[in-house]
Amino acid sequence: MSSERKPKPKIAVFKFASCDGCQLSLLDAEDELLGVAGAVDIAYFPEATRAMRKGPYDIGLVEGSVTTHHDAQRIQQVRRQCKALITIGACATAGGIQALRNWKDVDEFVRVVYATPQFISTLKLSTPIAEHVPVDFELRGCPINKHQLIELISATLVGRKPNVPTYCVCLECKRKSNVCVAVARGVACLGPATQAGCGALCPSYDRGCYGCYGPMESPNTASLTGQFRILGQSDDQVARAFRGFNAWAWQFRKASEECERK
Amino acid sequence: MSGKPSRTIRVDTLARVEGEGALHITLAGDRVTDVKLKIYEPPRFFEAFLRGRHFSEAPDITARICGICPIAYQMSAVHAMERALGIQIDPAVRLLRRLFYCGEWIESHTLHVFMLHAPDFLGYQDVIAMAGDHRAVVERALRLKKIGNRIVSLLGGREIHPISAAVGGFYKTPTKYQLRELVNDLEWALQVSLETVRWTAGLEFPDFEQDYEFVALRHPDEYPFNEGRLVSNRGLDIDAAEYEDHFVELHVKHSNSLHSVVRGRGSYLVGPLARFNLNFPQLPEVAQEAALQAGLRPPVKNPFRSIVVRAVELVFACVEALRVIREYEPPAVPRVEAPNRAGVGQAVTEAPRGLLYHRYALDVKGLIVAAKIVPPTSQNQKRIEDDLRDYAARLAAWPLEEATWKCEQAVRNYDPCISCATHFLKLVVEREETDGA
Repeated sequence: MSSERKPKPKIAVFKFASCDGCQLSLLDAEDELLGVAGAVDIAYFPEATRAMRKGPYDIGLVEGSVTTHHDAQRIQQVRRQCKALITIGACATAGGIQALRNWKDVDEFVRVVYATPQFISTLKLSTPIAEHVPVDFELRGCPINKHQLIELISATLVGRKPNVPTYCVCLECKRKSNVCVAVARGVACLGPATQAGCGALCPSYDRGCYGCYGPMESPNTASLTGQFRILGQSDDQVARAFRGFNAWAWQFRKASEECERK
Repeated sequence: MSGKPSRTIRVDTLARVEGEGALHITLAGDRVTDVKLKIYEPPRFFEAFLRGRHFSEAPDITARICGICPIAYQMSAVHAMERALGIQIDPAVRLLRRLFYCGEWIESHTLHVFMLHAPDFLGYQDVIAMAGDHRAVVERALRLKKIGNRIVSLLGGREIHPISAAVGGFYKTPTKYQLRELVNDLEWALQVSLETVRWTAGLEFPDFEQDYEFVALRHPDEYPFNEGRLVSNRGLDIDAAEYEDHFVELHVKHSNSLHSVVRGRGSYLVGPLARFNLNFPQLPEVAQEAALQAGLRPPVKNPFRSIVVRAVELVFACVEALRVIREYEPPAVPRVEAPNRAGVGQAVTEAPRGLLYHRYALDVKGLIVAAKIVPPTSQNQKRIEDDLRDYAARLAAWPLEEATWKCEQAVRNYDPCISCATHFLKLVVEREETDGA
């Protein structure tokens, strides 16, 4: 055992197009925050501190999707500064709700929201970070689960695999002894195709899952689409269900586009 | 131009605000020639992609505009939709929505007072550094914040982007017993909030007052959350449906957010100062007394004192939450059915940072054909620039670094939420020593 004090690992938090909710999860970890701040050096986290120290960083947490030319360049610089780059949340891992533009004419979107469109600079697509640079781990969720975030940071610092399940929401429902909203009440629920992580929140509150954590590992979206149709949903409704906060994740994207083609 | 040295106060990344902003202030001698609060947060186009979505999806989708105040978005969305659809909610749902908002105010105000704003007054870069010298204060703040989050999680499943708010009510409502489990925590929170009023009142405030037009909701019997007339200290008194007749959004080049002004007058202020000044009689007695003892008497015109007003609103939120819990009887059904129909509905509610306006037009299938959202920070953005125009001039003789920090603090008086404001905000204070032009 070595008694010499090693410098604390440096952590940085970067924001791209997003709502700030995922980085807020760190400040919402009220019981762990001072402990985390004692164990690591929070070197760059503008939402929380004026002190902005230069890289390189041991861990970079990236929130948000890439939607501008400037951000497409910035993510390259961020990658170079971070030993481990972790993307947090549906925007960073799947393009977020703003990826709904990807099926539309973004110039028309600009005209709808802004009186002077020529002041606005934006890309046609909202894309996840991993489409631009290699990513060491993608933490899902809209928003992420703060306990998974703490687990992920701890695991990365000691070099072990984080304990983040990739099975579907249904398993969480079973574990909570929830009555299945789809089977018992005929509610359209994305749970069978969606990755766990939230603790099966929506079914626990008597509504169907709407897919915050994105597609599970190899989801059977075709079967789920069929089930939604049996429950009386139109193709439009099924397409909208897949086209939410993880719309651009390829499995959900494929499922929604198949509904549109019908 | 005069031969006076010009300098630029410049903050490229504004810290301790939500979202991405920058500030540029240009001075010629002691005269401020330009102020730009810039929002470079990329636009996300919510109003555009809401079109074609069903009204029942609006609370979930608009919550994602802001991770700090998702409940505000959910509340403005459900009320606007209920007006468009012509449905009445159960009085118990109305109570629960007030409790929901109490949770968000406690969480958001505690975050801002202790973690984002107080470090400016005490000279720390952040709350972690502050905790080194004020550990007990920070630990208490974290517990207070957690209590706000606990209310939100109980009603909505989780703190950020809760899942239970629905047009017509909630997907699931709590039992009386579940709410009563919050009482001990809230009684503690009330005492800590009163202590917070005293603590913030003891901070040092610059001598700086402005002649504001304050705009807030006003309800005859209650401190405002979801209902009331939209009023100002300059005679405005309108229904939410008339909002767009009286306020207009301007698109300026330096910002991805839109500047909002009162038609024919100019900038105005929304948020804690406006609510306090326009609704003091509706505050519970204990909050009024705490305010008066802290030296706050309406109208409060010093924006730096907003930190004390937020603490007073923490007292209110705790008292109100306890009242709701005492009076609550669960509704017969969690939500009233909302059948599809065409219509237009507007609503204004009080986000922690101020007024949040939503308007939706629906077609016969209940799909959104048009949406308009005006967040509090875009309403305050022009007012922030107006404050800085006066305030930066008073700092002309200060060393650049200190003046820059003070200007940042003046921006943080508004607890700006840039993610919301984009469609909304960015700030850069420019200040370079150069030869006279």
